[in-house]
Amino acid sequence: MARLLFTRRRRGFSRPPEFGARELRDPGRELYVFRRRLGIAAALIVLAFGGLVARFVQLQVVQHGHFQTLAETNRIAIVPITPNRGVITDRKGTVLAQSYSAYALEVQPSRVADLEATINALADIVEITPRDRRRFRKLLDESKNFESLPLRTRLNDEEVARFAVNSYRFPGVEIKARLYRQYPFGELASHVVGYIGRINDRDVDRIARWDETTNYKGTDYIGKSGVELAYEQQLHGKSGVEEVEVDAGGRAVRTLSRTPPTSGDNLTLTIDIDLQQAAEAAFGERRGALVAIDPANGEVLAMVSKPGFDPNLFVDGIDAASWKELNESPDKPLLNRPLRGAYPPGSTIKPFLALAALVSGKRTPQQSYNDPGYFQIPGQAHRFRDDKPGGHGVVDMHKSIVVSCDTYYYQLASETDIDDTARFLGRFGFGAPTGIDIDGELPGILPSRAWKRERFASAREDARKWYLGDSISAGIGQGYNAFTPLQLAHAIATVANDGVAYRPHLVKSVTTVGGAPRAVEPPPPQPLAVPRAPLEFIRAALVGVTHEPGGTAMSVFKDAAYVAAGKTGTAQVFSLKGEKYSEHKVDERLRDHAWFMAYAPADKPRIALAVLVENGGFGAAAAAPIAKAVMDYYLLGIRAKPVPDAAGPGTDDDESD
Amino acid sequence: MNLIALCGRFWTILTRRIDAPLFGIALAIAGVGIITLYSATDQSFARIDNQLVSLAFALVLMWGVANVPPETLARAAMPLYVVGVLLLVAVALTGTVVNGSRRWLSIGHALRFQPSELMKIALPLMLAWYFQRFEGRIGWKDFLFASVLIAVPVYLIKRQPDLGTSLLIAASGCYVLYLAGLSWKVIVGLVAVACAAAPLVWPQLHDYQRERILTFLDPSRDPLGAGYHSTQASIAIGSGGIVGKGWLNGTQTHLDFLPERHTDFIFAVFGEEFGLVGNLLLIALYTILVARGFYITGNASTLFARLMGGTVTLMFFTYAFINMAMVSGVLPVVGVPLPLVSYGGTALISLFIGLGILMSVHAHRKLVAG
Repeated sequence: MARLLFTRRRRGFSRPPEFGARELRDPGRELYVFRRRLGIAAALIVLAFGGLVARFVQLQVVQHGHFQTLAETNRIAIVPITPNRGVITDRKGTVLAQSYSAYALEVQPSRVADLEATINALADIVEITPRDRRRFRKLLDESKNFESLPLRTRLNDEEVARFAVNSYRFPGVEIKARLYRQYPFGELASHVVGYIGRINDRDVDRIARWDETTNYKGTDYIGKSGVELAYEQQLHGKSGVEEVEVDAGGRAVRTLSRTPPTSGDNLTLTIDIDLQQAAEAAFGERRGALVAIDPANGEVLAMVSKPGFDPNLFVDGIDAASWKELNESPDKPLLNRPLRGAYPPGSTIKPFLALAALVSGKRTPQQSYNDPGYFQIPGQAHRFRDDKPGGHGVVDMHKSIVVSCDTYYYQLASETDIDDTARFLGRFGFGAPTGIDIDGELPGILPSRAWKRERFASAREDARKWYLGDSISAGIGQGYNAFTPLQLAHAIATVANDGVAYRPHLVKSVTTVGGAPRAVEPPPPQPLAVPRAPLEFIRAALVGVTHEPGGTAMSVFKDAAYVAAGKTGTAQVFSLKGEKYSEHKVDERLRDHAWFMAYAPADKPRIALAVLVENGGFGAAAAAPIAKAVMDYYLLGIRAKPVPDAAGPGTDDDESD
Repeated sequence: MNLIALCGRFWTILTRRIDAPLFGIALAIAGVGIITLYSATDQSFARIDNQLVSLAFALVLMWGVANVPPETLARAAMPLYVVGVLLLVAVALTGTVVNGSRRWLSIGHALRFQPSELMKIALPLMLAWYFQRFEGRIGWKDFLFASVLIAVPVYLIKRQPDLGTSLLIAASGCYVLYLAGLSWKVIVGLVAVACAAAPLVWPQLHDYQRERILTFLDPSRDPLGAGYHSTQASIAIGSGGIVGKGWLNGTQTHLDFLPERHTDFIFAVFGEEFGLVGNLLLIALYTILVARGFYITGNASTLFARLMGGTVTLMFFTYAFINMAMVSGVLPVVGVPLPLVSYGGTALISLFIGLGILMSVHAHRKLVAG
């Protein structure tokens, strides 16, 4: 650079002067001065950077050993303290989910040279099962550097003591007190309570969206389903911070300062766990769903999804074999049927269609038809058959509900515009989520012309059109209709409550530790504006179903100590395409789904419910006894024996749906 | 054919003012920054994304400034300076208080603006413009007036209080004076006065400033505060050794011992994971950047361009030096980011504007200079 400066300067001087006299001595001289000053600055910079390099050499070469030791024995660590997760209880205070503290053996893989050898050596001191090893491997694959991972959980006192005396042999391995979630009732209400699991990448994003990343620093688990998921932010609580002095092995030896965590809120559910138990017992081994609601306020008293699963399996991270079994079982134990199972409603839709006809003036209660056992669209040969060969004789509206006459509703559907029907049914919540306070609810299918065009958007034009035949199938709850058990329970609860609909909900109140319970009030009810007279008429017919001779559920309820109102239903199983069942099971899986919806007592309803038994056959035989068992328990306190498995088609009852 | 010609033309327009060596080195340093940031944030792509967006924005501004001839920049000097001083007065009267200091002006709800950032460019611009105007007949009165131009913003920023920034801005002003040819006698005299005045300044300092200096002299005074930062950073760098612990493997970094590790202390992460080899490489990159800046400045055609280019280059060095010296425990802890490496959009933008000025100086030099 100096050479460069020098030559440039000379050239500058050799140029003939072209400027004014005052500037004559300046330009070259000035540039020279400027360049000299730059040169001095450059020298100082080299000196300064040289000094820095010397400092680096001092730190990283001369004193490297010293700092290496310091880094390894770094003494002060800032440790987040995980808050206690809130307790979940049923409406009477019985604990459904709680946290407890237990010791875990944790390994920090980055500090262990030979993981396999270390684990084998540890296995001599505490029991480490093959399942523990598999789970640890899985965690290791999913984890980032420097995370401390549990190898064994829930050590007993003796194991803790045995490790403590040997701990010097295992740098990077330590015993930590951890909080574990426990679900004392196991499978019972598992789909309602849900479960927690280890935080994964998707959860990290979710936490970031809440702007809670700091608060979750010490948290390993997060709600994954049910109430545990939906009320995660209330249940979690606020993290604390601890400044601790640690020894060479990273073990905390002394606490320097501590900001205690704030426990999460406790939740009281609307579920009555005894009623839930009675309901699940009534199902026995059958698959299906049940939703029982207090019609006066929308509180969900019991919500069954069978089969269930044991949420405790998920708490320490489920192992691959159990997961595979749960996930691939043809019985779909992980499917939350009340919210996510959409089934054709079958005959349970009839009372709502009759109500629609009364309100619109399409039918009067007295109008009667002679039922020959089938219905024909005028000018067409196809016969839509009633289940009872030969028909029900002369049928008016009351009888059409009591005996569940198909022909009456074929006739009604042929005269009614499907869009009008859809609008009326929509007022009872069909075809839209009920807004229950846990995640994953399906809207079901409420067919209309617009729905069909949308659904078959890519099909030929004639496949997108609505046909009269579509209306007639929909008229008895078959065809495109599909509703969830929750929707049906919500709709019958609305009928029971004089047409006033409350949003169904599972959490009754939230209690902050040291505070008073805050009720989770549903939004104010929306009156349906259905005139009183038609509603009363339908309710009388529903009582007829359970108490009049010829009523489809009469045989089940004839001895009941209370007056119930209800309606049976049978949903055809349409397609088993793509599913493989073993030979002896095919018959069972092809059976119809059985429905029963009911409320009781009929004059002052305290409970409304919908029951679905998958492949249960006729509604009265399979589903109605379960409903009765639940109502017996809730209204009378009688605990019934499990309802015997339905006999399937061919019972003696006069079944017509 | 036409399309290729069009693309070629577009490329020419896009790159004709961009100085390739300067641009290449700056991108290399920024690349080091992104790699280190990934480790320092425990592999957070969100932070990386933010930094890349800031980088893209800064590059656009750099391109814009590079295309503005120095004469135009000079015309903006006086207005920018006046606006800057007025904003500093406004801050003193109505500014938003953050962490006990009144440094911010709120614009609406979301935007906050720190006028002292503007002053980092506006003060050297103003001084360079002033000396250019009186080129050839600069006397001691001009230096006196320039001192006043420096003192006003420095005083306003110092009483926010933001001693670090006010000293940096004072330094940028002094660099202009030095390059403009302030007499050595005066320079030596001023340094002597400054040293003599140091004991008088002590009682003027705020408690936390005094505490920082004492802590620097004896880190064990405050093992959990500033001393803790400094101690942990030294442990990080020292334990890195010659070749470092490897990317993403720094124990100090990842066991949460290092504070502010993605902003002011990111150099500790770098030093721990890449060791002495990495540090030397980084120093080399900064040295090349400064050398290129000096080369451009030494060949600039006007006094204004020379003063601006020289000051920008010297400030680059100053930031890099102060940050690395602070993190390695040679200077007390002050809030200065490592240029082009630390996380943060504002610093990145002012640095690239500085590089844009250098490129403009280089692209608009008259080829028959001198």
